[in-house]
Amino acid sequence: MIMGYIGGILAIIGSLFLLLAAIGLIRMPDTYNRMQAGTKATTLGSALIFAGIALHQPGWELKMTGLIIFVFLTNPLSSHALARAAHFIGMNPFVKGKSQSSRDDLKARRDEE
Amino acid sequence: MKTIRMRLATFLILTVIWLLVMYPFSSADLALGAGIALFLSLLPLPGLRIYEEISPAPRKIIYALIFLLVFVKAVILSNLDVAFRVLKPSLPINPGIVRVKTKLKSRLGRLFLANAITLTPGTITVEAEGEDFYIHWIDVASHDVDESTSKIVSGFEKYLEVIFG
Repeated sequence: MIMGYIGGILAIIGSLFLLLAAIGLIRMPDTYNRMQAGTKATTLGSALIFAGIALHQPGWELKMTGLIIFVFLTNPLSSHALARAAHFIGMNPFVKGKSQSSRDDLKARRDEE
Repeated sequence: MKTIRMRLATFLILTVIWLLVMYPFSSADLALGAGIALFLSLLPLPGLRIYEEISPAPRKIIYALIFLLVFVKAVILSNLDVAFRVLKPSLPINPGIVRVKTKLKSRLGRLFLANAITLTPGTITVEAEGEDFYIHWIDVASHDVDESTSKIVSGFEKYLEVIFG
């Protein structure tokens, strides 16, 4: 019973992180920064929700452990692929204020070739 | 020797994943999963060569556990960091893409390093070319390759160097 409550609290914290990810998607100015908000908050958010389910449902612990490992291995890979694709089609990182130019070592590298 | 180690690692990883998914499992489940994993690990798949870099030395296992703790701490900090940036009305960001260098030679080590960088505060790996990683940094604090390297990479590198070295 008490484990059920702890699980519920974990799941609520997890969904708060997912909410933060959604707010981040709206507030951030460009693709890469949206990716920052999206990747990190969804990884910990899903992991916490899975942990909550594991505590709530006895017997599901190992399944949920497998899912958490899977999310931690695949989530960064998919966001890396998205960020890389965004860079390939020529998106520049956003800069605050128009005066300075954006810092982009990868673009400089590609221009050299 | 290397191929045996590689096939054994493949077999163990596949079996453990199967058992995690099937839990609670009967002995029939175990036999079926182990059989399929054995068949798959004996296939001549070139992608399996990456498991050559795993070896179960006790020192490596201890470092892997420490790495796990460091990594979990970094993930939690990174989430609080992003939460803070997203919720603050002034949106304190100063993004850019910076180049960092890694000393790691092993491909599996580089994969874990790139993944760990993506999940830690304010950084995403955009491109990995050999020993150069290109990192999108939400708050660029340094314009020097060595300094960025020590800030972003070194924390994980020292553990991964032992684990996959």
